[in-house]
Amino acid sequence: MLKRKIGLSILLLLLATSLWAQETKMVIIERGAFVPLYGAANKKPVEVQAFYLDVYPVTNAQYLAFLKKHPENIRSRMKGIFADKSYLSHWASDFNYGKGNLSIAPVTNVSWFAAKKYCECQGERLPTMDEWEYVAMADEKRIDARTKESFNKYIMSWYEKPNTYANPVGETFKNYWGVYDMHGLVWEWTGDFNSIFLSGESRKDKDTDKNLFCGSASINATDLMNYAAFMRYAFRGSLKASYTTKNLGFRCAKDK
Amino acid sequence: MKANSKLTNSLKLVLGLAIMLLSLQSCNKKKEENKSGENATEKPAVKPISDLSIYNLPSKWTTQDNKNIEMVDLKGKVLVMVMIYTSCKSACPRLVADMRNIEAHLPENIKKNVKLVLVSIDPEVDTPTKLKAFSIENKMEGDQWLFLRSTEENTREFAAVLAVNYKKIAPMDFSHSNIISVFNAEGELSFQQEGIGVNSDETIKKITEEANKLN
Repeated sequence: MLKRKIGLSILLLLLATSLWAQETKMVIIERGAFVPLYGAANKKPVEVQAFYLDVYPVTNAQYLAFLKKHPENIRSRMKGIFADKSYLSHWASDFNYGKGNLSIAPVTNVSWFAAKKYCECQGERLPTMDEWEYVAMADEKRIDARTKESFNKYIMSWYEKPNTYANPVGETFKNYWGVYDMHGLVWEWTGDFNSIFLSGESRKDKDTDKNLFCGSASINATDLMNYAAFMRYAFRGSLKASYTTKNLGFRCAKDK
Repeated sequence: MKANSKLTNSLKLVLGLAIMLLSLQSCNKKKEENKSGENATEKPAVKPISDLSIYNLPSKWTTQDNKNIEMVDLKGKVLVMVMIYTSCKSACPRLVADMRNIEAHLPENIKKNVKLVLVSIDPEVDTPTKLKAFSIENKMEGDQWLFLRSTEENTREFAAVLAVNYKKIAPMDFSHSNIISVFNAEGELSFQQEGIGVNSDETIKKITEEANKLN
């Protein structure tokens, strides 16, 4: 009898944990080093420690579930300091993403504060910019496909495609790590998005800025890769933590 | 029948466990939210915090005198805030000079309503002892001067509110925006001065204006 009881408990616990696991499907990203376009002193490789990353960006349905648990984050109650007026503006109402939006489309129009809080509430965090870029340089087969022309062309062609944010998650390619949608769906928040300087306000960074802008002028394979990355860094550099926009979503990460 | 009750018992057990686990899952922010709610009921006379106030941030900070405070403890003062790190050799000394210059030009009758706050972006190195030494070295020892440090995460969040960008480029060396921010007594941003060694007349005017309201 006791055995059966224990067995049942374990079974139910397993069921419960597998349900949670399904909510936040993550894969391990092994440690490594790479030279990011931006932020490495003297072009020295940046070390990335092993961590877990969501396979997909957070969806409308997942975000709705979060709002139900933490209703202080709903549209009508969100404080202005944490999100601007367009926060979830494409949703039908506070607890309804509406018929026009897919449940499995990435949630967008969320601020950095909201994204950060979502991840914290899952016991997770936003990935750092270096972590995000590290995962984003992988194609289907390689950890670093940045010099592959077709890979860069794919990324660049997405930048020209309108309204991809309305698509379901998981329809772009599965990369080396088993992660989807790093390119081709939405832009994504990173935890330290506000560590970029494009205005040259800090004198130390002026050289880096010049490199960034000069890199975008020429057109060989490496420059194409730089240009794609430059677009991302420039975009992040233009953001403020309370900003929300319809093509900007997020996913969560976790320390290993 | 007996087996049935055993089953319900074990179900209860599992349910209890699941509830326990679920409650553990609730995020830390929520707890802090509750806490500020409690505070509000303790002091019903106090106006609720406005939507755009930095006092919505629940983060905890340590001062140069090793005192633990929350940002909201500063409510009711006009705040002049800047983010620096004490081992900085290039821009910060000038930012600090700008802060001193602003302080020196404030009318005497409003000084009691103003706090000048320097927030460290290098909490690892800038211990309270370090901050204290820095305040003495830079002759910023009066009550109007406040030096703060917190966790790396709180610091990053606070910088996001101030629209200050920063990045560690080497141990003890950071790139950072040079922005001095003025907050009114409610904690709402009322002015930002960008750059170093710039004319501070506008900033001083704004501080005076906001601080005069408190006289």
